[in-house]
Amino acid sequence: MSTSAPIRKQITVAATPERSFEVFTAGMGRWWNRQYSIGSEEMTTVVVEGHEGGRWFERGVHGAECEWGRVLVWEPPQRVVLDWQITGEWRYDPEVHTELDVQFVADAGGTRVELEHRGLESLGAQADGIREIFDGPGGWAGLLQGLLAVAAGGDA
Amino acid sequence: MVTYGDALDALGDPTRRAIFELVARRPQAVGELAGQVPVSRPAVSQHLRSLKAACLVQDRAEGTRRIYELDTAGITLVRHYLDRLWDDALNRFASAVTDPVDNKE
Repeated sequence: MSTSAPIRKQITVAATPERSFEVFTAGMGRWWNRQYSIGSEEMTTVVVEGHEGGRWFERGVHGAECEWGRVLVWEPPQRVVLDWQITGEWRYDPEVHTELDVQFVADAGGTRVELEHRGLESLGAQADGIREIFDGPGGWAGLLQGLLAVAAGGDA
Repeated sequence: MVTYGDALDALGDPTRRAIFELVARRPQAVGELAGQVPVSRPAVSQHLRSLKAACLVQDRAEGTRRIYELDTAGITLVRHYLDRLWDDALNRFASAVTDPVDNKE
């Protein structure tokens, strides 16, 4: 398996594409697992601004906002593409770009939600670790610790 | 286990660091690398062995040549983590979509 091959997932939900699109985007804060938040504050919601170029960020209990990325494509109810800019060190990096492409396809069961996360080579040690090594210490320590903790932690 | 110290040590030598930077730009064979640094080919191989031990580069066979490239261990772990993250995300999303309490329609 190529390490930079896209991640592909799909799930069918008993709802219309319109409802599915809305819950996925405007409603993301209702279902996003708080364990996967990047801010230091407890996360209260996730905001996906409903237009191309819109921000994608989490908001904490005290109002702090942490960027996750941008809206690249906004085509309700069929498709949304988000730029996931969170690195392997689990922090936002404006120079990192990956594409989270989510499509909502009407089918007999309701809506088939097809998710593809691609461009993952942008997240690798190549992108992060090199800059940190050349710019100063701390980067490799964080990356290795973070990733080894994930690997050792079993089911998150 | 590779430590941060190992990685820094591996890059301490300026020639070793130059070799690492060349490999970072694009995958290359030992011979190609030797032509770009002012040390002998065996010395280049030695440096590559150190970089490999520090998990900074990895090698693969391409015909009769060995090609050196950046170690992708880091990205493999990230990919594995994201794979589980999206499984979790879609399951939670599916529950939210069909949650009658949450349903505005």
